[in-house]
Amino acid sequence: MTAQTLEALPVEEPIGEAPWRRALRQLVKRRAAMIGLAIVVFFILLAAAAPLVSPYDPLATNWATVRKAPTAAHPFGTDEIGRDVLARIIWGSRASLLAGLVSVMLALAVGVPIGLLTGYVGGALDATVMRIIDAMLAIPFLILAIALAAFLGPSLSNAMIAIGITQMPIFARLTRAQVLSVKHEDYIEAAHAIGNPQHRIVLRHILPNIVPPLLVQATLATAAAIIAEASLSFLGLGQQPPNPSWGSMLNTAKNFMAQAPWMAIWPGLAIFSLVLSLNLFGDGLRDALDPRRE
Amino acid sequence: MTTFLLRRIALIVPTLFFVSLLIFGLQQLLPGDPAMALAGEDRDPSVIAFLREKYHLDQPLPVRYALWIGGVVHGDLGESIRIKRPVFELIAEKLPVTGELALLALLISLAIGIPAGIIAAVKHGTAVDYGTTMAALWGLSIPNFWLGILLILLFSVELGLLPASGFVSPAESLKQNLLTLIMPAFVLGNAFAAGMMRHTRSAMLPVLSADFVRTARAKGLPEIRVILRHALRNALIPVVTLAALDFGALLSGAVLTEQVFTIPGFGKLIVDAVFNRDYAVVQGVVLFTAFAYILLNLMADIAYVVLNPRLRT
Repeated sequence: MTAQTLEALPVEEPIGEAPWRRALRQLVKRRAAMIGLAIVVFFILLAAAAPLVSPYDPLATNWATVRKAPTAAHPFGTDEIGRDVLARIIWGSRASLLAGLVSVMLALAVGVPIGLLTGYVGGALDATVMRIIDAMLAIPFLILAIALAAFLGPSLSNAMIAIGITQMPIFARLTRAQVLSVKHEDYIEAAHAIGNPQHRIVLRHILPNIVPPLLVQATLATAAAIIAEASLSFLGLGQQPPNPSWGSMLNTAKNFMAQAPWMAIWPGLAIFSLVLSLNLFGDGLRDALDPRRE
Repeated sequence: MTTFLLRRIALIVPTLFFVSLLIFGLQQLLPGDPAMALAGEDRDPSVIAFLREKYHLDQPLPVRYALWIGGVVHGDLGESIRIKRPVFELIAEKLPVTGELALLALLISLAIGIPAGIIAAVKHGTAVDYGTTMAALWGLSIPNFWLGILLILLFSVELGLLPASGFVSPAESLKQNLLTLIMPAFVLGNAFAAGMMRHTRSAMLPVLSADFVRTARAKGLPEIRVILRHALRNALIPVVTLAALDFGALLSGAVLTEQVFTIPGFGKLIVDAVFNRDYAVVQGVVLFTAFAYILLNLMADIAYVVLNPRLRT
């Protein structure tokens, strides 16, 4: 490389900039990720403000408005017992977001400590636990969730537990792999050398350094959990009637496709846009947190 | 290579053991007395006593596990409470239906995913690449049961071109069989195609700038030949393994697709069993899918070693 090309290189990045600041700067530059984030925030606000913005009671039936096509009074139409579809979409966002959030938190709360422990300790414990994780990963995600929901009994909270349990192994594996890759770094050796206790090394020195990939995985897992909750509710194993959930709305809509297609359009569009936005944001986050990308 | 394969096969044994423990453990999640739960609405004390005896519910847990796994090893997955038939028989009956659906879905996803992945990699950084990558993300984000409903709305309700539901066995009429399966196979293949496209694209990218591809170009070979004969053959190796890992998603998707299109396959079997509280069927299906997944991944790993000349020692 000649002196000229060296000079030509842009020196945008301030030396010594904190990694999270660099990531943030990278992230806001990604338009698709920002659009994704905006839509996710929109849904979160919608769920939080449901009682204020919902035009009708999502459970109120009305025999005068059974399966009415969209009108000014009911912009998304009404369902088979005259409930407002828009109101049910707005309230249904609570079930989806709650399921996404709670199940991923559960998966993180169980999976990360398992990954930290097995990755750090190694040996027979690691080998045994990893075989259990392999066993859990061998059962297809939705099939395990269906089986768990079946044995626990169908309800939204059991669906969240089932989804959390099925996502746990991914976080355990990822955490373990990250621990193994940083375990022998110089700064960990240094922390050992100055006499830090083991738990402090794991929690204060290893954990903060493996957060970025976990954050990316958590975002993408939230998208997967929202689809999983919709799937379980679609099968009748999640949110129970009459409470609204996008998945269970589609389950009913399936029976009225010829008469009331609007019942099937909106809930699906809601799931699709929320999941797509989370995936866009997750992909952007992954690229922004990758120090090799600029 | 032999040691690798032997070690790989040996690893399956503990995995299968834990899978069986997990599935056996599911039963323990049932609230209350399992005999009562198994009896369902039938609260006749003699039925409950019979079930307790039949499933050895009066025995300690390890004994029950040993008795259960002993049966499983001999192909005895228990009996369906509802249909009064062996679970193994039910699975064997539904397997060809789901198998055909999955195979068609796989063909569709290969036909879409691999060419799309190649094009995206070759046109890296252009609008074509961006568009294809975006389409794949759409494919991954669309819930397949909703896509199924949309296709039914369009092709069955509006246009009246395809049957909305049902299944005709290929032995009865191959044409009808394909007509009933084309939509479900597309729905199921869609997400798989998206995954395949992403795998192919990321596997092709480094290969396209590899020395041997540059040499092939320098020899004056036509670009299409360089891409297909030289680059793709090398890029496909990791795609095989990644596709096998996605197989579980294909099975999960089949459950929903069969539900939308009322196809009497594997997925319909487990969902119906859940609502009938037919726990032996649920356990049987889970065990079978896990076994199929483990076996398929073993085969993919073997294929990886066999296809990759660098690992052949």
